[in-house]
Amino acid sequence: MINWLANPERFSSVARPVRPWLGAVAAALLVWGLALSFLSPEDYQQGDTVRIMYIHVPAAWMAMAVYGIMGVASFFGLIFRHALADAAAKAIAPIGAVFTALALLTGSLWGKPMWGTWWQWDGRMTSVLVLFLFYIGYIALHASIEDEQRAAKSTAILALVGLINLPVIKFSVEWWNSLHQGASIFVKGGPTIEASMRWPLYVMGLAYLFLMLWLFLIRLDSEILNRKYRALRARLALN
Amino acid sequence: MVMELQVEGLALRKGYNLLISNLYFALKPGEGMSLTGENGVGKTTLLRTLAGFSAPFAGRIAFVENGAQLESEDVRARNIHVLGHHDALSPSRTVAQELAFQAKFLGGEPAAAIAALRLETLLDLETRYLSAGQKRRLSCARLLMAKRELWLLDEPMAPLDADHRALLARLMQAHLAEGGMLIAAVHDPLPFQTRDLRLTRPTREQQEAAIGV
Amino acid sequence: MSRVTPSLTQAAFALLKRDLGLSLTRSGGPLLAIGFYLTLMAMIPLSLGPDQAVLSRIAAGLTWLCLALSSLLSLERLFERDYEDAMFDVLRLGPLPLGLIALLKCLSQWLGTGVILSLLTPVVMIILGAPVDMSLMALTSALLGSLSFALIGGMGAALSLGTRKGGVLMALLVLPFYVPPVIFGAGLMQAMQTQSSPWQALAFLGAYALFALALTPVAMGAALRSALN
Repeated sequence: MINWLANPERFSSVARPVRPWLGAVAAALLVWGLALSFLSPEDYQQGDTVRIMYIHVPAAWMAMAVYGIMGVASFFGLIFRHALADAAAKAIAPIGAVFTALALLTGSLWGKPMWGTWWQWDGRMTSVLVLFLFYIGYIALHASIEDEQRAAKSTAILALVGLINLPVIKFSVEWWNSLHQGASIFVKGGPTIEASMRWPLYVMGLAYLFLMLWLFLIRLDSEILNRKYRALRARLALN
Repeated sequence: MVMELQVEGLALRKGYNLLISNLYFALKPGEGMSLTGENGVGKTTLLRTLAGFSAPFAGRIAFVENGAQLESEDVRARNIHVLGHHDALSPSRTVAQELAFQAKFLGGEPAAAIAALRLETLLDLETRYLSAGQKRRLSCARLLMAKRELWLLDEPMAPLDADHRALLARLMQAHLAEGGMLIAAVHDPLPFQTRDLRLTRPTREQQEAAIGV
Repeated sequence: MSRVTPSLTQAAFALLKRDLGLSLTRSGGPLLAIGFYLTLMAMIPLSLGPDQAVLSRIAAGLTWLCLALSSLLSLERLFERDYEDAMFDVLRLGPLPLGLIALLKCLSQWLGTGVILSLLTPVVMIILGAPVDMSLMALTSALLGSLSFALIGGMGAALSLGTRKGGVLMALLVLPFYVPPVIFGAGLMQAMQTQSSPWQALAFLGAYALFALALTPVAMGAALRSALN
C-alpha cells in the first residue's frame, strides 16, 4: 500500500479529491469546537482566560505531531529513498513551525493573566521554544542547499538526529528547571480537567488535526508540482 | 589476484538530468580505456560513480576477483586510485608532508615515486607555490606509491607539458604492462593503444522514461 | 601487482596528525578561538558592570556560553577546506569509513582548540569571580563539554557543507543541540557554589559526550556522503 502510494503521481491523484473534504471537515470542526469553547463554563480560578487553552493546547499537540510525521517521513526518505517521503518532510516543516509558533504565542498570552508574566522559563515552554528553533533550522537548511536530493538527505539526517536528541534536550531543560525551583509548579498538573472542558478540547484537537492534514496535502501537492516543473526546466537545458 | 570490472546497464543521473544510460562494458587486467565525449556528457560523473563516490541511478558496477564479487567499500580502499581534475592537495602543507601523509594513509613508500616523477627539488615547498603541472605530478605520486589495480583518471594530461605528458604516458603503460587497468577521461587521445568508449547523450525517449518527478 | 594496504590504526593516526597540524597552523589556528573567547569574556563585565557580587553569581553560566560560542566559531570550516581542495577524494580511498574520518577531524579540532579553551576556562571563571577551588571541576567539565561541542558542531559543519552560508546556518542548526551541555555545565558550577553535589551534573555531561560520540559519526558520515558525491 505504502509502496503503491509512494509514486507521487498516483498519490496526487488519490489525494486531490480527498482534499476539499478534509478542508470542509476542518472548518466544521473548528466552528463546532470554537462554539463549545465559548459555551463551556469558566474556570473557577482562571475565569474566562481558560478559553485560551482550547486554541493553545491543540497547537502544542500539532507541533509534536508534525515533528513526529517529519521524523517518519525523513526516515523513509533516507532509508528507502522515496521521493514522496522527501517531499512530505519538506512540505510539512513550515506547518509544524507555524503550529509551534502558535503554541508559544498563545502560551505567552495565557501566561500573562495566569502567572503575571509573558514568558516563564519553565521546562515545557523552553523545550517548545527549542522545538521552534529546530523547525527554523530545518527550513533554513533546506532552503540553503540547492541540489534537491542533497537537501532532502541533509535535512532528513537533521530531522532524525533531532528526533533522537530533542527528548534529551527536553530532559536537560527539565533538569535545569528543577535546579532553579521557580514559580512554574503553579501550572503543572492543576485540577484534573473536567468533562465540560475536556469536550471542547477534544473537538478543537480534531479540528486542528484536520486543518493540519488539509494544509499538508495542499503543500505536498504543490511541492510535487514544483518538482515536476523543475524537472521540465532542467530538461529544457538539454535541447 | 586478478580483478575485473564489469559494468552492466549503468545509468547515471545528475540533478534532474539523465547523463548516461544503458552502458555496458567490461575491463580486464592490462586493459586501458579512453573515455571521450563532449563536455557535460558525464565523463567525470562516470569516473566518480565507478570509484563509488556516488551511487548509480540504475544498473550495476561489479568488481570481480577470482570469480567472487568484491565489496565496493573494500574495492575503494584497496583496488582503486582516483585522480580528479582538481589536484587533491592542501595548499599550506609541503610536498614532503603531503607525500608522507598519503604514503601512511594509502600505503606504500614515497622514495621511488619521488624519483620517477622528478619531485626531489620540490619537497620543501608548500603546495600552494607549485605550478599546475607540478601539482599534477605530485598528485600522480600516489598512483605509484600505493599499488592498486584500477586507475580512474580525469583529464590526467591537461596541465602537463610535452615532456611530462610523455613521462605520465610511460607510467601508464608500465601500469598496464604490470596487469593494471585504467580508465581515463580525455579530450586528446592517449599516446598509446587503448580501447575507446565514446559517451553520448541519452535520447529524448530515454530521458522521458527515466525522469519522473 | 602487490598491494600494500595500511592498517586502520596507522591511517587513523596519520590523519589525526595531519589534521592536528593543520588546525594548529592554518589561519592563526587556535589563536583565533582563544582571542574570541577572551574578548567575549572581557565584554561581560563591561556590559554588566564590574560588581563582583553580580559577576560571581553569573560567572559560570557566562563562561559556558562563551565556551559554546568560541567552539562553534572555529568549527565552521572543519570540512570546508578539504572539500574545496578535493582532499576528500584522497581520504575516501583510504581504509577509514567516512564517519570515522569525520570523527577524527572533530577530535583533532577538539585537541587543537577545545582543549586549549578548556584550559583557559578555570582562569576565565576566576577572573569573573568564581572561587578558585572550583578550578579542577571547571576544567574537567569544560573538557567534556567542548568534546560534545566539537562533535555536534562537526555534524552541523557536515550538514551545511558547501552551502556558502556556513557560519550563521551552522549556528542555527547546532545551538539547540548545545543546550544540554550548557545546562549541565553551568548547572554543575552552580551546584558547587551552593555546596551541593556536582556529580550528577558531571555524569550527565559525560553521558552527553558519549551520546554525541556514538551518534554524530553516523550522521556526519551520511551527511558527507551526500555532500561529496
